[in-house]
Amino acid sequence: MYLIKKAEKLTGPIYLMDVEAPRIAKHCLPGQFIIAKIDEKGERIPLTICDYDREAGTITIVFQIIGASTERMSKLQAGDSFRDFVGPLGKPSELCTDDLEEVKKKKILFVAGGVGTAPVYPQVKWLHEHGIDADVIVGAKTKDLIILEEKMKAVAGNLYITTDDGSYGRSGMVTKVIEDLVNEEGKSYDLCVSIGPMIMMKFCCLTTKKLGIPTIVSMNPIMVDGTGMCGACRLTVGDEVKFACVDGPEFDGHLINFDEAMKRQQMYRTAEGRALLKLREGDTHHGGCGNCGGDE
Amino acid sequence: MADVLKKVPVREQAPKVRAANFEEVCLGYNKEEAMEEAARCINCKNAKCMQGCPVSINIPAFIHEVKEGNFEEAYRIISQSSALPAICGRVCPQESQCEGKCIRGIKGEPISIGKLERFVADWARENGIKPSAPAEKNGHKVAVIGSGPSGLTCAGDLAKLGYDVTIFEALHEAGGVLVYGIPEFRLPKNKVVAAEVENVKALGVKIETNVIIGKSTTIDELMDEEGFEAVFIGSGAGLPMFMGIPGENANGVFSANEYLTRNNLMKAFDENYDTPIARGKKVAVVGGGNVAMDAARTALRLGAEVHIVYRRSEAELPARVEEVHHAKEEGVIFDLLTNPTEILVDENDAVKGMRCIRMELGEPDASGRRRPVAIPGSEFELELDTVIMSLGTSPNPLISSTTIGLDTNRRKCIIADETTGQTSKEGVFAGGDAVTGAATVILAMGAGKAAAKGIHEFLSKR
Repeated sequence: MYLIKKAEKLTGPIYLMDVEAPRIAKHCLPGQFIIAKIDEKGERIPLTICDYDREAGTITIVFQIIGASTERMSKLQAGDSFRDFVGPLGKPSELCTDDLEEVKKKKILFVAGGVGTAPVYPQVKWLHEHGIDADVIVGAKTKDLIILEEKMKAVAGNLYITTDDGSYGRSGMVTKVIEDLVNEEGKSYDLCVSIGPMIMMKFCCLTTKKLGIPTIVSMNPIMVDGTGMCGACRLTVGDEVKFACVDGPEFDGHLINFDEAMKRQQMYRTAEGRALLKLREGDTHHGGCGNCGGDE
Repeated sequence: MADVLKKVPVREQAPKVRAANFEEVCLGYNKEEAMEEAARCINCKNAKCMQGCPVSINIPAFIHEVKEGNFEEAYRIISQSSALPAICGRVCPQESQCEGKCIRGIKGEPISIGKLERFVADWARENGIKPSAPAEKNGHKVAVIGSGPSGLTCAGDLAKLGYDVTIFEALHEAGGVLVYGIPEFRLPKNKVVAAEVENVKALGVKIETNVIIGKSTTIDELMDEEGFEAVFIGSGAGLPMFMGIPGENANGVFSANEYLTRNNLMKAFDENYDTPIARGKKVAVVGGGNVAMDAARTALRLGAEVHIVYRRSEAELPARVEEVHHAKEEGVIFDLLTNPTEILVDENDAVKGMRCIRMELGEPDASGRRRPVAIPGSEFELELDTVIMSLGTSPNPLISSTTIGLDTNRRKCIIADETTGQTSKEGVFAGGDAVTGAATVILAMGAGKAAAKGIHEFLSKR
């Protein structure tokens, strides 16, 4: 069992937890992920590591409710436990494993979307601790969905916040901010790291390609085991098939086939929707809403 | 009196009934049937059956005890050689091992050794008979990586010798392929696998789940920081292969590993579990091995019409005859001498069919089997919504790539001595699919046994 030391609602549907997992905390680096399983009947849920404390032996995760399992997870409190918590999975961010002197020469821009702010944070923090200040764009639909602002401010070079509806910070999509920074505000970048919903990463990559900025993305496809065994997470990168769990999760964003990846991510969408409705409404849900596919 | 040349028939669920449930297909012998079958054994002095057993069970001795009704003694004899008899009795390819060598088999049917082994193990479990931990520990720590057949066997044998053994398992349940790969209807998970894992624990073996060696920690750290004096790698062959044909990343194409893991480990067939599985209506399983049969029979039970698509003919099917027979009885359709060339997709990138080409057998290839050759112009389309690729697996490079001085061959298999399991790194031993590539449960157990002996010799000399 893996004890939850802290459980906190960050905003709306987004939650943060510190979980006791000393083996993972000792070995993880930014960019890697864990798989959590609530109880015997739960799914294996992959989540990118948001922070870690090697001394306390804890891992910080941040998640958004998207289905029945994450909804159940949001009900867990400090003092509760996960039945299973395994990692660190995947490869660390290359920024943390490449030659530091080379990394120092680069001007780096992070682009975080929504709950994707969480996996961006440890990378920016790691760079900050190694004397590199990276610029960060954080985008969300609306003010209430902005997370980790203060923490990010403490480790970022410049922090640019934008909301789609203009309720906070700049107004508009992250892609507009990238273009404004480069075209209007005299910024130049050698590398972009973009983490967020696939659709955001896709458009972010289209923008950075136009601007000639190499871009790394962190992919979050459907997974089961997370160790290379099942192949559910396969992606087309250039003309190769890669497994996000062992070859990634970070890849050259300009080579990813996002359209395929987004379709693959939808594979169990109706199943997830049905499960969530069953959880919320119990046996009172009999389909007919036209949303979840429960009436198929 | 029954025909002495024939096996006492074993009771099975009727094909129509079992095709709609996940309960075990074979019901096994009862006491009377087991004793009657055991009485067929002529107790050869030079028992060929034992030579066919990778873990050298004293087969005539245990069968003799069954004949006499001394089931506990029979269990004790088997336990000297095997930690997992209820599993082996179910999944070993006995026809090519012990039963394949049985003298009775020359002029009739061999003794049903597998079913007798299963009976004895089940009887022991139902009567609460467990192996007991050795009285004295020798104080030496050994780490075993992976809790599949080779790891459990190696750990069990070392524990009997007094070693302090810890198994590290990457998944959340112990059992490896016995849990994620082989389906419930062939190998019940709670009743059989969990019980035999408990028996290994009863010998004093500790199991730590959710530890991925190469990620959560490394072999070097286990040896340098955690005080393990030797390590056995039994990490299996878990990486699935795909064909590399167009459309293979479409929604509805799965590796057999994914399909089986969702169903077996995650119990997706049971509505009380959260993990989803695609319940296809028309499913093709590409491949002809035991794993392909498992995937096909699983899809059938989830309600689909199922086709096995295999490029050679029935004679070359690598699966056990019993598995093919069961699959056919249950209604799996065999499209033999057929090879997929493309997965056809709809506007949402979901599978809608598969283009295939007919094959014929040409000259024998390097494996000695006749090479399948495409018949020009014979393409046709199968209408489908699900395709399961069951083309074999290869070892996971996670351990070899994170362990200094551990050599692998060009197939990414760990190089290890066949008789001792010794690898290129001192104190590190390996066996099972991680060394041989995908093979059988019992061969992995044999390798685990050999390595336990190798580790004992290595540590005794120090």
